[in-house]
Parts: sequence; structure tokens; C-alpha cells
Amino acid sequence: MSDLRELYLEMVTDHAKSPRHRGKTDPCDCIGTGHNPLCGDKIVVTISLDGETIDDVKFDGEGCAISTASCDLMAEVLQGKTIQEAKKLFQGFHELVAGDGTAESVPKKLSVFSGVREFPMRVKCATLAWHTLIAALDGNNEASTE
Amino acid sequence: MLNTQIIADSFPALHQTIGDNRLVYLDSAATTQKPQCVIDAITNYYEHDNANIHRGVHTLSHRATKKYENAREQIAKLLHCSRHEEVIFVRGATEAINLVAQAYARPRIGEDDVILITEMEHHSNIVPWQLVCEQTGASLEVVPVQDDGSLDMEAYKSLLTEDVAIVAMAHVSNAIGTINPVKEICALAKQVGATTVIDGAQAVGHLQVDISDIDCDFYAISGHKMFGPTGIGCLFGKYDLLQEMEPWQGGGDMILSVSFEETTWNAVPFKFEAGTPNIAGAIGLGAAVSWIHEIGYDQICKHEQELLAYGREVLLAIDGVDLIGASKHNAGVIAFTLRGVHPHDVGTILDHAGVAIRTGNHCAEPLMKRFGLAATCRASLCIYNTREDLDSLGVGVKEAMRILG
Repeated sequence: MSDLRELYLEMVTDHAKSPRHRGKTDPCDCIGTGHNPLCGDKIVVTISLDGETIDDVKFDGEGCAISTASCDLMAEVLQGKTIQEAKKLFQGFHELVAGDGTAESVPKKLSVFSGVREFPMRVKCATLAWHTLIAALDGNNEASTE
Repeated sequence: MLNTQIIADSFPALHQTIGDNRLVYLDSAATTQKPQCVIDAITNYYEHDNANIHRGVHTLSHRATKKYENAREQIAKLLHCSRHEEVIFVRGATEAINLVAQAYARPRIGEDDVILITEMEHHSNIVPWQLVCEQTGASLEVVPVQDDGSLDMEAYKSLLTEDVAIVAMAHVSNAIGTINPVKEICALAKQVGATTVIDGAQAVGHLQVDISDIDCDFYAISGHKMFGPTGIGCLFGKYDLLQEMEPWQGGGDMILSVSFEETTWNAVPFKFEAGTPNIAGAIGLGAAVSWIHEIGYDQICKHEQELLAYGREVLLAIDGVDLIGASKHNAGVIAFTLRGVHPHDVGTILDHAGVAIRTGNHCAEPLMKRFGLAATCRASLCIYNTREDLDSLGVGVKEAMRILG
């Protein structure tokens, strides 16, 4: 049986309880809404850009601990990254939480989600932030986990 | 005194571990577990009697038909219907409500009519009526729910005008367990000439339903929420109403004779059962009805009410737990939230402890909105649950508070 402690690492619960990147970026160059119909969660991700570089990411809305922490840590690692780098990070993150474990290395802050792989019902909670981010960057305003 | 061990022993799926923990199944409002006799009835049918019904002259077909029709009679008896032809086999309560909406309501109502539902309905008793409103121009009105989860009867009375053509509501709320006073509701509806449709999906597995006493026009039930298999349910309809209705779907079994010039309909209830039905499902449901009779509603109700009181007590003793819509007349459903903890996380942490509950909006988004919530946790009780199950729930909830609260 998968270990609950690997899902709710201290870093995850800490960011879930006290997120640092809640709100709306100013300016708001891209905006995306993510919806997980399974649990009713809705999040809004906003991005401010400096050319091709991500200047800031913020999120708003209500979600579970995994989805909130994922939003917050995503916002943290994306600052200063290019759009291309962000998309590559998403691939690495997706591989980490839903793949076969041969993920390319992701930043240490994201690797705290590796435990999600053992909880298939929670993969969507972890990836909602990223799906919403990509939708926002691609100019699609809405993302859904379904 | 109820021998809970004998009852629990009848349900093979309950005897397993999730990781290192004994399975504690508190999600019976989603679907109940199945007693061995139901599983055996289905297996036995496929092993010995499998044949199509109402057509063959051979022995197997005769046996299958007899068992299928016997199940209909059992259900009619369980619900105190005045005649067994009033029971139509369908896929489940959802299909039953859609049948009434399309085959009864749609041809009979127009833009001046009102369809009255409540704020506590399952999506399956909202969306079929929205479709009818779109198709006919009728309007949908909603009776509000009070803070304790009970229906606002004063509001119901004032919304119940001569324009109301249909009153559709749950007997028991799936999300919070409120038992609605359906007899009074139907009597009031009758005074303005409205047709009554009761969604009994959450009622029949837990309390005695006497349809002749309730005096509703239609009543929908779901087999898998009353110890039967999935994919089978029933619509009760008053015989005269079923008689005057046009068929819902066309096909085999629902006709008397077919020619390219003219086709005539079979009698009620066959008129509404086009195609080969879920024969095994109906037989399994019949076995479930026998099982309910054996235990008796008195015992079921008493046991579940005791557990409900105990479960509420266990949860309220935990700091940070709020009960949602815990009305006085409640079936064994406990809806709750943990302050600062998302229900989805509670669900995962409880699952890890072997405790299965439902988390989310429970297919009742408007009700969640009314309580200002996106989601809740729901522990739903059944005759096979025990106080120990609720103790395990309490331990799991405390663990969720420790990790995330």
C-alpha cells in the first residue's frame, strides 16, 4: 500500500496551508480557468510576461491540498523561465506524477509530488495547475481535467 | 437485537482489506454492496435459465419469463402498489424520471405550465425537467431548503399555484439524507391538480415505502441502491396514467402487432419495455427484495437511526468538524466538512485507513451552492454497518485533521 506520508510531504502541506502565490498578476497577460468536475475545484491562473519570459504567475480559487500546493509550487518554479521551458517542465512534471517513473529531472521543488504516482485518483489534482497554465499560455481560456 | 455479524457475513465484498486495514464501506448512498443471495440469483439464472423472455415456447424461456415477472410482483408487493402492472422495469431511477419527463410530461405541458422541483434534488431530477422546459417552454421553479437541510414547506405551499403541472422531488436527499414529507407534499399537489413524481432512489433500501399511502402518481427506484445489481430499476406509475401515455421507446416486446401501415401497442407495462430487458438484473433485484423482507424494514430503520445518532456524535466530538444539513427527519446519511481541509484530501486519507466515503458535490451542485460549499464529505450508512465502522471513520477524520488541519 502506498504511503500517505509520501503524498502529504511537509513541503506540500505547508504550501497548501499557506500558499505564497495566491492572487492575480499585474499586468495580467494570460489568464486561464481550470476545472476538475470530479471534485468541483475551479482555479484561475494568471501570468505576466516579459517577451517570451514568464515574469510572474499567480493563482486563485479553491482546491484540495494537492492542487493548491501544485499551483503554488508551479508559480514558484516558473518565475524567470521562458514559455518553452515552462512547457518542458510540464512534460517532466506529468511524467513524474503519471508516467512510469523514468522522468527527466524536474526541479527539486516539484519532485515533492512524486508520491502522487501511487495515488492514481489524485493525479488530476496535481496536474490541474499545469493544464490551466498551458491553456492560458496557448490562449485557450479553459482547461478541464476531463 | 440485530445480529450485525450475520448480516455482514452475507456481503462477500465487505470481507477484504484495503492495504493493512479492514474495509469500512460508508458509501452505500452511491451503491449498496450485494448480499450473496443476489449474486447467486444472477449466477443461477445464467447457469440454468438463460433465455429470452415473453417469446419462446421452450422451457428455458418459460422459466426466465416466470422469474422476471415474479420479480415485478415482488417489487409491486414491497412498494404496496395496487397492481403489479404498475411496475415498469428500467435501467435505474434516472431512466425512470426521464421516461416520465418525456412520455408523460412533454406531450401534456406548455409554456404556461410550471414544473416544481426542490433545491436538494440530484442532477437526475433536475436535468430531465430542464430538457422538458426547453422542449415545451414550461418554466422550472425551485422550492428552497432550510439551514437544517429540511424542505421549506411554507415556500412549497406558496409556490404551489394552479400553474404547477408537475411536482418532482426526492423522497430522501442523496447528499444530506433529508426525508421529505412526501405524503403531505403529494396531497397538497393534488389540490392544484399537479402530477407528482417522487425520486425514491435513496429511500427504498432504507425505509418502508407505501406507494398507495403516499398516493404519488409516479415513483422512481434504483436497484443497485437497494442491494440489487446495477443497470436495473423501476418506475411505478398509476395504472390509468400509464394507460393513457404513449410509448417511450419503440422496439420488440412493446407491440401487439406490427405492419408498415399500422402498429399497435402492447399492454402496460410491456408498452414501456422495448427490447430485451435486463432479465438477470430484474431477477437479482427480486432476490434483493426477498433479502429486505427477511431482515425487515423495522430492523433496518432502527439500526440505521442508531448508527446515524452515533456517527453524528463521533464526528461532532472532533474539533473542526461541521455537519451539513443534519435535519431531524434524516436517513442514514452524514454530510460533513473539516475546517481548512478539502473533502478530496479527507477522502484519500480515509481510503488509506480502509474507510470508503464519497467526497465531492454528490451530483447535487445546486444544493452545495445553497450551503456555500463546492464539496462535502459524505458517510452513508446501511444495515451492514456497525458502530466500529463509525469509530474507524472518527479515527480517519482525526488523522486528516492532524495532517492538514
